[in-house]
Amino acid sequence: MSEQHITLPEGSIERVTQTLNLGPTHPATHGVFQNILEIDGERVVSSESTVGYIHRAFEKIAERRPYYQITPLTDRLNYCSSPINNMGWHITVEKLLGIQTPKRVDYLRVIIMELARICDHLICNGVVGVDTGAFTGFLYLMRWRELAYEIYEEICGSRLTTNIGRVGGFERNFTPAAFEKIEKFLVEFPKALKEFETLMNRNRIFMERTQGVGPISAERAMNYGFTGPNLRAAGVDYDLRVAHPYSSYEDFEFSIPVGTTGDCYDRFLVRNGEMWESLSIIRQAMDKVKALPADVYHADVPAYYLPEKSDVYTKMEALIYHFKIIMGESDILPGELYNAVEGANGELGFYLISDGGRSPYRLHFRRPCFIYYQAYGELIKGAMLSDALICMSSLNLIAGELDA
Amino acid sequence: MSLTNDNIKQRLTDKFGEAVSQVEETFGMLNFTVPKDLNLKVMQFLYDDEELQFRFLTDLTAVHYPDRKGEELAVVYHLYNFAQRVRLRMKVYTSVEDPRVFTATRLFEAANWMERETYDFFGVNFVGHPNLKRILNVDEMDYFPMRKEFPLEDQTRIDKDDEMFGRGGHIGI
Repeated sequence: MSEQHITLPEGSIERVTQTLNLGPTHPATHGVFQNILEIDGERVVSSESTVGYIHRAFEKIAERRPYYQITPLTDRLNYCSSPINNMGWHITVEKLLGIQTPKRVDYLRVIIMELARICDHLICNGVVGVDTGAFTGFLYLMRWRELAYEIYEEICGSRLTTNIGRVGGFERNFTPAAFEKIEKFLVEFPKALKEFETLMNRNRIFMERTQGVGPISAERAMNYGFTGPNLRAAGVDYDLRVAHPYSSYEDFEFSIPVGTTGDCYDRFLVRNGEMWESLSIIRQAMDKVKALPADVYHADVPAYYLPEKSDVYTKMEALIYHFKIIMGESDILPGELYNAVEGANGELGFYLISDGGRSPYRLHFRRPCFIYYQAYGELIKGAMLSDALICMSSLNLIAGELDA
Repeated sequence: MSLTNDNIKQRLTDKFGEAVSQVEETFGMLNFTVPKDLNLKVMQFLYDDEELQFRFLTDLTAVHYPDRKGEELAVVYHLYNFAQRVRLRMKVYTSVEDPRVFTATRLFEAANWMERETYDFFGVNFVGHPNLKRILNVDEMDYFPMRKEFPLEDQTRIDKDDEMFGRGGHIGI
């Protein structure tokens, strides 16, 4: 029991507030961060968030690494959708160096990014389900995340922290097995997603638990720097894929699902809607890829893209480029740019200053959930403790991204 | 009417004259510097002006340039106009001895944690910030680790003298 001077809400039963430590390792926080809640009975009076438990100083480390070695750092930001972070970084470096990627590379990237978006959203929505008492949806959808991870594995060899792609394109072409698996995903996943929606969307218990919980107005959301699905749930149709297209997103037809109230239910529906749109984008991209020459998977930039290993042993030029790239001695132009991609939980920005050296002079990640998490205190003020937990999971907070 | 970088530049120079300096366009984004005591005035103008409407703070961070005497720290704001989909970058330079810059928290709630992060790593003292304390690092830390004087690798090691591999030469680290 604390003696703090906090104005208690009307009709307070307990008359004193209690301090509750939610986290840093609470099972319901789904990540390592702490919330010190001041509660009156079961109602949250105020909260203070503490972050930084898994801060790994990526921005500092990036100042010592050649550009290609920074990709694995971006993996560990939002690790539920690493490929988007990787692609975002490659696109940023390509923009700095003025590299034009072929259309096929763009479309392949779109496929991977949209797969990652689906994986991220299905984890987030599954977890919202778990926190409201429905474990089924989460476990059920895991099977298709597994399939998506197999697709990553087929393309780059790893699953969670993918380090997928290179500056200029992909490290190797997509195998026929990868395309088969994507086709399989496109056939099977919609059925599962439909079932998931049937289970959740009009479920009375789920609706009661999420509707009106943690709402935010469009104006407040923008003031708080919300981006991504959380902002769209508040009714702002801001999507970087449309507003500032990258990786040839302008070639695709898709709509942006928006909500109205910005509460947990709307966030859930927006994410579900986006999964359907992502599926449609992947389908379109698959069709587009089929119409293009199948052997193009990287831009023709020998100074920045690693040559074939067999060439390294036989061709002098390839050997020189190989050495220069591995040693981080490629010529990097000086410049300053901000480039952003639509990450799974918002605008993932890279603010890069290059002074022409082997590593960035300064690299700053704009991590969407770091910025919108500060609204959490306002979102849960006056809410029940159990609502605060749902609100946290529906914001899609990823500790890795929060702490960089 | 669509908002172009020239429009923004025109509006800013009309309003603030010489105070807006180093105006340049890099990678399609307008870049300019304002004196540090004017940062809030300029941001407020960008926010309120009917034509400009830069009402979204995309990003706020700092950069350390140890060689620029008197203006070692640059605080960088990225602002965004939702309606016209235009970005701009505003910079404020401050000396490292007196790193006081007015806070943007009154204008943007989003600035709260971003300024705390900037304080945490660069020691920029945001005047008027409601809760300026460390956010990602431990509270007991007594230095600002993103400043360039802090090397990433242990400088006392003598077994890793490999100039060829990037250690030693670049930016004094």
